[in-house]
Amino acid sequence: MSRRVLPITVIVMFLAMLGFFYKGLQLDPQKLPSALLDKAAPSFTLPQLHDASKTFSLEDMKGKVWLLNVWASWCAACRQEHPLFMQLARQGGFPIYGLNYKDEIADAKQWLKQLGDPYIVSISDLEGNVGIDYGVYGVPETFLIDKEGVIRYKHVGPVSRTDWTEIIEPKMKELEG
Amino acid sequence: MNRKIVLLIVMLLCAPFLQANEAQLREDPAIKERFKAIASELRCLKCQNQTIYDSHAGLADDLKKQIKNQINAGKTDAEIVDYMVTRYGDFVRFNPAVDTKNIFLWAGPFVFLVIGGLLLYRYINVRRNEAVDDNESISEDDRLRAKSILEQSGDK
Repeated sequence: MSRRVLPITVIVMFLAMLGFFYKGLQLDPQKLPSALLDKAAPSFTLPQLHDASKTFSLEDMKGKVWLLNVWASWCAACRQEHPLFMQLARQGGFPIYGLNYKDEIADAKQWLKQLGDPYIVSISDLEGNVGIDYGVYGVPETFLIDKEGVIRYKHVGPVSRTDWTEIIEPKMKELEG
Repeated sequence: MNRKIVLLIVMLLCAPFLQANEAQLREDPAIKERFKAIASELRCLKCQNQTIYDSHAGLADDLKKQIKNQINAGKTDAEIVDYMVTRYGDFVRFNPAVDTKNIFLWAGPFVFLVIGGLLLYRYINVRRNEAVDDNESISEDDRLRAKSILEQSGDK
């Protein structure tokens, strides 16, 4: 009996290690879970990109399920997700709001003019302070915020069609339900 | 010779500019020390194995500014680190606090050390008992036989 304890322990530990590697090696270390998940979205009031005299704040979105997409004209990966957003916006009923992060207003406007503007409202965070409050560390990032203003999901990196149909859209439907 | 003098003059002229740059950082040595300690404990999320203090990524610069502002606003070190953790998660700390989520990581090595020690102890004990058993299993007859064989071979 005791002669078997050692080999069995070694095999069990080896399998456990294999399990950790199997899971761990598939994770992308660049993609971190948001510390704000299931917590109230940090409050903000920022000027709108197209008309700085108007502001937009988190409180304006009470009672709605919506997406806050953090982007910048200097961000190459933002171009990857942009056509998808354009298509969804054209289909209608796509509640995406753009947070232009640490950008030049003129560059941002030019970018939207050139590639199309899917955002219902665009706001500019020139200093990146709201970005810090939201724990943004790479652009693009997309937050799903529910009717109570709670962050339900955070997507780091460009949103692909699969991300949209398999993760974000079902979550939004569930929250709206 | 002339060239060297010109070079020396140019270098001396540059010195005040170097000084000016340093001065921005060095308002107060105590604050600078605190700033360095906090910024060295926080991970730059853009370049993950660097500290915010070492990194010059845009985000790291913003967070350095944030740390300085908060020091100036009279926040404690713990409050500043908390500010970062609520935004970026435990991962932002190079030396994360022990809590229920990561207790296994902290305690794991010691748990394995204890398990390994117990296994080793058992193993040694079993072997020792076996050795003792072997000794006692020799009967008196066998012992005498062995003795006579040894004596015989010694005669030759």
